[in-house]
Amino acid sequence: MKAEKRSDIVALELAKQQREISISEFFLKNRHLLGFDNPTRALMMVVKEACDNSLDACTDMRVLPEIKVELTQLAEDRFKVVVEDNGPGIVKQQIPNIFGKLLYGSKFYTLKQNRGSQGIGISAAVLYSQLTTGKPTKIYSRISPKKSAHYFELQIDTKKNEPRVLKDNEINWNKDHGTKIELEIEGRYLKGKQSVDEYIKQTAIVNPHATIIYITPEKEKFEYKRVTEELPKEAKEIKPHPYGIELGQLIKMLHDTRANTLQGFLQSDFSRIGQLTAKEICNKAKLKQDEKPKKLEHKQIEVLFKALQETKIISPSSDCLSPIGAELLEKELRKEINADFYVTISRSPAVYRGMPFIIETGMAYGGELDKESQVRLMRLANRVPLLYQQGACAITEAVTETNWKPYELQQSGNNLPVGPTLILVHIASVWVPFTSEAKEAVAHYDEIIKEIKLALQECGRKLSIYIHKHIRAAEQRDKIDLFEKYIPELSNALSNLTNYKKELLQEKLQKLLKKELPTLESENEKK
Amino acid sequence: MKKSKSEERLKELGLKVIKDVEKNKNPSITVPIRALSNVIFNEKTKTLELGNKTSNRFFFNVAHAKKFLQTIEVASISKNLIEEGKHASLRDVFYMAKRTIPETNVNLVDDQSESDDIIEDLELVTGNSREQLHVNANKNGSVVGKVTIEDSGDIIRWDKLGSGGWSIPSNVEDIKFKNVNAKYVIYMEKAAVWERLNEDKFWNKQNCILLSSQGQTTRGIRRLLQRLYEEHKLPIYVLCDFDIFGAYIYSVIKYGSINLAHASEHMAIPSVRYLGITAQDIEKYDLKKHLIKLNDKDIARIKQVSEYEWFKNNKAWQQQFKMMKQMNAKAEIQALSARGITFISEKYLPEKIKNKDFID
Repeated sequence: MKAEKRSDIVALELAKQQREISISEFFLKNRHLLGFDNPTRALMMVVKEACDNSLDACTDMRVLPEIKVELTQLAEDRFKVVVEDNGPGIVKQQIPNIFGKLLYGSKFYTLKQNRGSQGIGISAAVLYSQLTTGKPTKIYSRISPKKSAHYFELQIDTKKNEPRVLKDNEINWNKDHGTKIELEIEGRYLKGKQSVDEYIKQTAIVNPHATIIYITPEKEKFEYKRVTEELPKEAKEIKPHPYGIELGQLIKMLHDTRANTLQGFLQSDFSRIGQLTAKEICNKAKLKQDEKPKKLEHKQIEVLFKALQETKIISPSSDCLSPIGAELLEKELRKEINADFYVTISRSPAVYRGMPFIIETGMAYGGELDKESQVRLMRLANRVPLLYQQGACAITEAVTETNWKPYELQQSGNNLPVGPTLILVHIASVWVPFTSEAKEAVAHYDEIIKEIKLALQECGRKLSIYIHKHIRAAEQRDKIDLFEKYIPELSNALSNLTNYKKELLQEKLQKLLKKELPTLESENEKK
Repeated sequence: MKKSKSEERLKELGLKVIKDVEKNKNPSITVPIRALSNVIFNEKTKTLELGNKTSNRFFFNVAHAKKFLQTIEVASISKNLIEEGKHASLRDVFYMAKRTIPETNVNLVDDQSESDDIIEDLELVTGNSREQLHVNANKNGSVVGKVTIEDSGDIIRWDKLGSGGWSIPSNVEDIKFKNVNAKYVIYMEKAAVWERLNEDKFWNKQNCILLSSQGQTTRGIRRLLQRLYEEHKLPIYVLCDFDIFGAYIYSVIKYGSINLAHASEHMAIPSVRYLGITAQDIEKYDLKKHLIKLNDKDIARIKQVSEYEWFKNNKAWQQQFKMMKQMNAKAEIQALSARGITFISEKYLPEKIKNKDFID
C-alpha cells in the first residue's frame, strides 16, 4: 500500500514537470535542423522560403510569376527582406495561420510535385525574425482588384503555436492581386556559392516561366526575365503507390478509408491497383476480399503490407511530375551562363520506392567558366536550388562516380572533375528524399544515382564530341601554322647542302605555302 | 676543294628538292619502303632483298613535313662531316639535329631512333653506305680466338687481350686478317656466356673463334662474321636463347634483316647453322625446371616470325616454334649453368659440335 502511494506521488510530481513541447518551442531549440544555424545561411533560408511560397502560389493558380526580392541592410548584422509576388493573394482569414503557425498547410499528405511540401517553411522564417529581432512580420495581400488589400503585422505565440495578430488593416495597394512579405532578421550578406545571389540565379534558371527581379543590399539590381510565356504542365496529385508506403502509413490509410471492403480500399486508395491486382494481393495475404478495412488486426496488416510489396504492380503514372524540359533548360543556361557549348537532357520518368521521379541535367562548357578549378555543380530538387551539404548529396555522388575522362574532363580519383564546365542536375519528384529537414541534400537511393549517371553520361558524350572537334580543329590549325616555322629550318639545311641562296629559298617556299594552303586545310578536314 | 662522290650524291638530293620548289611543285623525296611489305626472299641466294616499292615524302603534307625536314637536316649534317673529314656516332648525329624549332614547342628530333631511321633512309636515297655518310654506330661486341689482324696500322692478336677480348668496331671494312687459326666460329647473343667460355679458354681447347654482342647484332659484327666465312671458309654457328627473339637473331645473321634488306649482300651468311638452345636440348639436357613462361608479346611474335617467307617452309624451325607454344615456355642459354658452371664448355658445346647437332 505504502509503496503504491509513494509511486503515485512521484508520478504526479513528474506530471507537473512534463508538458507538451510546442512545435514552435522545438524550433527555438533546434533551428539548425531547419537550416537557420548561422546568419549567412539564415538570410538565404528566409529568401528561399518566401520565394518558394510565391512561386508555388503562382504556379498553383496558373499565373506567370513575377517576383521581386529586395534586401536592405539596416545594421551590421540586420537586414530587411521584402519578397513580393503577383500571385493569387491569400484570403484574409488564412493569412495569420499561413504565416503565424508552424506546420500549417495542406501539402503534407498529397503526392504531387511542389517545392515545400512540409508546411514548415515561411512560418519558420517568421519565427526566426521574431527570435532574432523581436520585430513583427508585415504582410500585404490582395486577392482581386474588386476587393481591397489587407495589411497584417504578425508574431507567433511560441507556447501555443498560434499566430498573434498585432495589426489588421484594410489598405490601398496599387496591385491587382499578390502577396508581399517584409521581415526583419539577423543575417549576414556574402557573395559566392552559398549566397542569396546564387540562390536567385539558380532559381531563375530552373523556373524559365518566372521573372525575378532582385535588388542586393548593395543596391545592385538583377533582372532575370522569363524565357517562356507558358506555365509548366500542371502536376497532378496521385494516390500513393504500394511500393512507396510504410507500415504506419498503411495502418492510417486503413483507418481513414471510406471503402467498406479490403478490395475496395486497395482499388480506391492506391494508384495502379485494379480489380485483378487487388484480388491477387488479398489472396497472397490470405485475407478475404470483403474484409472490413477498419477491423484488420495488426498481424493481418503486417501480412497485407508484405503482400503489397511482393505483388508485381506497374510503376506509378508520371503525370504527377512537372519537369523543366531540355529545351527551356538550355535556353536558360544560354541566357545566364557565358559558355561556348551547352547540352541538356531530360530523362524519362523512373521510380524509387514507388515514387516517380525525373532527372534532368545540363552542362555548359568553355566561355568564361574557370578552366583550372573543379566544375561548378548546381543541384536542384523540384526547381529549388540546394546550396548546402554538397558533399552529403546523392547528386554529388553521381557526378563524382561518373568517369569523366572519356568525356575529356580531367578527374583525379573520386573527385569532381576539373575543367571550364558547369553541371546542373535537377530531380523532380512527388517526394524528393532529403537527408534532413533542411532539405539541402538528396538521399542516396541507387535508382536515383543510376538515373543521374545515365543523364550525365549522355551529356558527357555530347560534350566530348564537341571538345574533340574543338580541340582537334585547334591542333590542326597549329599544325598548319608549323609550316611557317619549318620553312626557315628547311631553307637553312638545303642551302648548306647545295650552296643555294637561303633567302631566295625561303621566299619561294613561303610563296609555295600560300599555294598549298587550301590543299593542306582540306586534307586536315578529311581526317 | 675536291668534292667526294658521297658528298655529290647528298647535294643531288638537295638540288632535286630545290628543282621542285622552282617548278612551284610540292617538294618531295622518293624513299624506298623498308618494311616487310617490300622485302623479297630470294630463293636462289637465300637472302632478303629489298623490293622496288617506294613512297614519296612531301614537305607540304601535315603527316610528312617533320620527317621531310629531318631528312634534309641529317643530309646537311652528313655533308658537313664529309667536308671536315670527321666521323660522328649515331648518338652524335642525334644531338647535332636535336633542337627546338624556334617559336614552337616542336623538337626537330625527339628520339635517337628518329635520326637513326633517317640515316638508313639516306643510305638508300643517296646510295651512300653509312660509312660513306661518315656515321658510325657504337662499337659493340667482343671477339676472342687465335687470330692476328691489322687495324689502322696496329697489329693485334685476339688471343692476347685477356678477359675483355677485342672490341668490334662499327666498321670492319679496313681490317686485314694476318693469321687465322680456327676450325669454326661461334656467335652467341649473350656477352655473359662469352665471358664464361673465355674464362674456360674454350677457344683454345676447341680451336675456334668466339664472338658475342649484347642484344642486337650490329652491322660490324655481321660484316666481320661474313668476312671470316668468305675469306677463311670458317663454319659459323649461332648460340641463342630458346625463344622467338633468339630465332630472329639467327635469321638476321643468316638471311639479312627486314630493316636493312638492301645491305644483305654485304652481311647475310646463308650457310650459318643454329647450334642451340633447341627444344630437343631442353629434353636431352633436362632443362625443364629452368624454363620461363611465355608472355603475350612472345606469343604474338612467334606467330609473326613463323609466317615469314624464309621460315614458312623450314620444317625444323616450324617444329621449334610449335614446341615453344606447346611448352608455353622459353629458355635462356644460361639455364645450362644449372647443370654446373662449366657444363656448357665441357659437355654441351663439344657434344653438339661433334654430333653436328644443329638446325639449318
